[in-house]
Amino acid sequence: MTFSGEFIAFMLLALAAVIGGVLLLNLTNVVHMIIALVFTFVSIAGIYVLLSAEFVAGAQILIYSGAITIIMLFGIMLTNHNDTSEGKPSLWRRLFLLLGVLGFAFAVYIGIYNLDLAPQTNHLHENNTMQIGKALYSKHIIPFELTSVLLLVALVGSIILAKKDEKGGE
Amino acid sequence: MSSIPASAFLALALILFCIGLYGALSKRNTVIVLISIELMLNAVNINLVTFSKYGIKPSITGQIFALFAITVAAAEAAVGLAILIALYRNRKTVNIDEMDTMKH
Repeated sequence: MTFSGEFIAFMLLALAAVIGGVLLLNLTNVVHMIIALVFTFVSIAGIYVLLSAEFVAGAQILIYSGAITIIMLFGIMLTNHNDTSEGKPSLWRRLFLLLGVLGFAFAVYIGIYNLDLAPQTNHLHENNTMQIGKALYSKHIIPFELTSVLLLVALVGSIILAKKDEKGGE
Repeated sequence: MSSIPASAFLALALILFCIGLYGALSKRNTVIVLISIELMLNAVNINLVTFSKYGIKPSITGQIFALFAITVAAAEAAVGLAILIALYRNRKTVNIDEMDTMKH
């Protein structure tokens, strides 16, 4: 196999993403776990660029490695932030869980390992944002507006949920 | 046109999904469980964007679906964190093993 620049970039990004995920599983301090996951999110944005989806890559950087990481850090700081998640579950439970996850991975891998999709000629990389805008405002206008309703409901709902109860909760 | 096979992207998405699944089922801190779910959603987004390029008919719709999935995931994270904070105020714990009020 010839090692083109695209392939090397893919390998580096995939390696960074997997290392971030493994660090998430193995670190003990919760703040370090979230910082490790930022590597994964940024690498996934690079993968999107390789897949000629530049706008999705930008949204990934903005929303995941920006907003969601910060909101999770807020969640940790507002609760037990010096809590190193000690006390792992029992060995049998972990073993059972590992077996289940590996079985799932094997079952899906059988389906994809010799999947040979020849890349078609596509025009996704030319004026990517303009294509997304045109499709969003012509074909997908109703889901787009429903998404704004969903965001409004989530905003109001989370404020009401997290608000202090003045009457002492009934 | 492209030197990377589609199955490489799908395998990366599968690995990330499995890491997220293992984290969501084995960690005890609720914030870590929430962020593992975000990792699983990210893996699914990689699949969507991959098939939007490598599918039988390449089109922009896969990327638009990934954008909608990102939006819904952000809303889900906000609501989940609000529930977590309300729970922490009442129970003074973020340990997922102690959140068993509805079990008894």
